Amino acid sequence: MTMHSGRGFAAINYPIGMNLGGDPSQALVHSNPDGKFMVTLSSIDLGQGMKSVTRQIAAEALGIPVEDVYVDTADSDTGPHCMGSFASRGTHRVGNAVIAAATEARGVMLDAAAEELEVNPEDLETDGRGNIHVKGAPSRSITSAEACGAAQFKQGKTVSGRGIFLIPTSDVNPETGEMTPVSCFAHAALVVDIEVDDETGEVLVKDMQSAYEVGRALNPKLVEQQLIGGAWMGMSHALYETTEPHYPERDNGPVDFNEYLMPGPGNVVPHHISVLERPAPDAPFGGKGPGEMCANPVLPAMANAVYNAVGVRVDELPITPEKILRGIKANGGARPQGRPGQH
Amino acid sequence: MSKVPVQLTLNGSDRSVFVDPGQNLLDVLRRSLGDLTPKYGCGQGTCGCCTVMIDGETRLSCLTLAESVDGCSVETVAGIGEGAQLHELQTAFMEHFAAQCGFCTTGMLMSAKHLLDNNPSPTRDDVVEAISGNICRCTGYEPIINAILDVAARRGSGRHTS
Ligand code: FES
Ligand code: FES
Repeated sequence: MTMHSGRGFAAINYPIGMNLGGDPSQALVHSNPDGKFMVTLSSIDLGQGMKSVTRQIAAEALGIPVEDVYVDTADSDTGPHCMGSFASRGTHRVGNAVIAAATEARGVMLDAAAEELEVNPEDLETDGRGNIHVKGAPSRSITSAEACGAAQFKQGKTVSGRGIFLIPTSDVNPETGEMTPVSCFAHAALVVDIEVDDETGEVLVKDMQSAYEVGRALNPKLVEQQLIGGAWMGMSHALYETTEPHYPERDNGPVDFNEYLMPGPGNVVPHHISVLERPAPDAPFGGKGPGEMCANPVLPAMANAVYNAVGVRVDELPITPEKILRGIKANGGARPQGRPGQH
Repeated sequence: MSKVPVQLTLNGSDRSVFVDPGQNLLDVLRRSLGDLTPKYGCGQGTCGCCTVMIDGETRLSCLTLAESVDGCSVETVAGIGEGAQLHELQTAFMEHFAAQCGFCTTGMLMSAKHLLDNNPSPTRDDVVEAISGNICRCTGYEPIINAILDVAARRGSGRHTS
């Protein structure tokens, strides 16, 4: 038995949102009389942080503290329509809808404040700490809670806003094939180091190094969390997981966790992540979101690493020991490819 | 079939409940006793979401006959903190972002608590072993392992206050 080390690299562009557009998301924002704002959505927080990030976005757009914003989401009986949490679209699509709704609500809040302060709404600004004051004259101020209270109890105004963000469907030009498939891309590059056992075909993942470009990381800790977990899923898809091991035959697939193979806490791989920020112009405060991309580069990088280690090109996922061993056998033995500069 | 009376201590309180013969403890905790912290993931002992402690030992409540806990002490995540005061493991899970969807979290916390109750200075391998029956689909485990090791380290260095 010999262990062969291999290194694989992959770089990807990942489109944000549905490939040909036509995927709207909506948001409603309203204030309660105490100046706390409610953001109503139908977008699901799967654990990726949708509620946290839409709360931040709403607070920023309203100009009030994040503590004063609540997000009520995932109830399609009460929330406005959303296409859903998929295609890495949440931060971008929903975030833009939230900005639109919050901007409209902010306008009403400033109108109400202007009426109370007897000034022009254009002359007002928010300090992000719950105060609205006249530009250049911070002493002429009113709290956002007072402004919202006055709107609802004196002036008879709802402090509310509606938002929708839609990338229209892009039809393919039948003559040229031209289309506008997406609004923006996120990017990633990943290097994985592995060892392959040429007797058992088993892959030992040693280390991952990656760089992810996600637009602005609106909540850096959530981004990091999602990248760590997502890359682990990528490793799992690359080496372990499948519901149809004999595809296209659907027989003998796993039916429960006893048979469905996935890595456990003993298979954690050291992973060094760099997050690069290139704010996207059409994204909410520049944030595109890591989404599905956090898993994707691991798969091609792993396939390349296996080839580098033993010279076997596995083009079906997952890359199981059986497939690797069959490849080694067909080649008449392991054929380590080496690396530039290595002998 | 007639119901069976079961008396148990749930997180320190005496509770009595009628259960169906053959009913599992997870079902009784969630439906009859109103403790929703243990989760139903698989119902067949493979995911660990339903982990509770029975007389100080971790058990999968989906595979435990409710009748069998008559006279036992059952602990769940609902009882590990005190009122609004979170358990230090809960705090560490928050600080390390060790929960995303949160579905595995209560089971993880019970496995982690059992480990630290019995082994105050676990190695990383001990932690891995302790949570190896708990599946997490979101975090990649690393933040969970780090959170548990962090609590052990803090306790060891005397910075533990509660
Ligand atoms: S629900 Fe008990 S182990 Fe999955
Ligand atoms: S946080 Fe989602 S399963 Fe662990």
